[in-house]
Amino acid sequence: MIIAERKPLNEIIEMVTDAKRILVLGCRGCVTVCSAGGEREVEILASLIRLGKMKAGQQCEVIEATLVRQCDKEYVDSIDQWDGQYDAIVSMACGVGVNFIANLRPCDKVYPGVNTTAFGGSAEQGVWSEQCAGCGDCVLHRTGGLCPVARCAKSLMNGPCGGSVGGRCEIHQEVPCIWQSIHDRLERTGKKADMDRIAPIRDWSTAGHGGPRKTVRNDLTV
Amino acid sequence: MAFVPDIQAFCCHYTAQQSCAEGQGGLAADGFPQNITINRLACGGKLEVTMLLKAFENGADGVYMIGCPTDKCHNLMGSQRAAKRVAAAKKALAELGVEPERVAMFHLERGLHPEFVQAGRQMQETITALGPSPFKAELSSLPAQTKLMPSGCKGGAQ
Repeated sequence: MIIAERKPLNEIIEMVTDAKRILVLGCRGCVTVCSAGGEREVEILASLIRLGKMKAGQQCEVIEATLVRQCDKEYVDSIDQWDGQYDAIVSMACGVGVNFIANLRPCDKVYPGVNTTAFGGSAEQGVWSEQCAGCGDCVLHRTGGLCPVARCAKSLMNGPCGGSVGGRCEIHQEVPCIWQSIHDRLERTGKKADMDRIAPIRDWSTAGHGGPRKTVRNDLTV
Repeated sequence: MAFVPDIQAFCCHYTAQQSCAEGQGGLAADGFPQNITINRLACGGKLEVTMLLKAFENGADGVYMIGCPTDKCHNLMGSQRAAKRVAAAKKALAELGVEPERVAMFHLERGLHPEFVQAGRQMQETITALGPSPFKAELSSLPAQTKLMPSGCKGGAQ
């Protein structure tokens, strides 16, 4: 899922300084699962915005709502139901949602309520960790299913580096060296020889370095 | 006129049961401040961050939660969850530039009536010293209509 976390409150309050009617809009997708922008977080942020406005002596009405997703036109279009009732939208979806609202509603002011951080999973309750960088050229078949792009601090394609100590990363000692983990896993699964394969110089254009990426599925387009 | 704070207490049913059985009169006789409103919850785990925040929206000067000791919760983890939500509300108040001491968590043994009264008096002392809620102070200068702000309108039909 896409991991996000609420922006610092002072940033959000500043964004909506001039707004008197605010639509705080959550998303039932990834940000609900990672407890950053679902219904409950919408309720909390709406309350905090109201309190912030009260403290500043400003009038404010806050509408709370949560869409099924904010990354599909059909759901974003349902914002029509609040037409004329808000001056600004604070989207608690990931950055995709904010972009979609901006794309589809050219005259609306839309602001991000969260910082979108990573593609990851829930390691334990209340803890999420990055697992994938969305680089567009997956190498997991050669690395035992563990991603060196997202999980190596240096994104090395031919690791480990010389700094790994005791199986821990030299940059972030609280995380395992993913290349050590790749090595151990390949060994356990009888694929240790894969470690000897040198990954060639990589074309990073698929990772966004070649501009915005787009996927077209002709079998699905109408 | 002396400042009498509006204090909202959220109490776990199991922790507050014996104290509440005395009723307002009995509690008052024992020195429990009369300006504290007791809101009983089935369990501390039922406490939500928004319940604490909305209490401030509705004019509270201070809010506190009374739950079981962390290792003796009737429902295992209810009071731990409540404590985390109180901590989240404290952090949010600090982000808004408001004294986090306006929100507090007390872990009390079940049935210990004097400690229940003492927690209320302690909160009363803290909030009286802090003065009126900055939210309420500003609210009083706003037009009356603003005071009736809806707490939210899910689904958008407003």
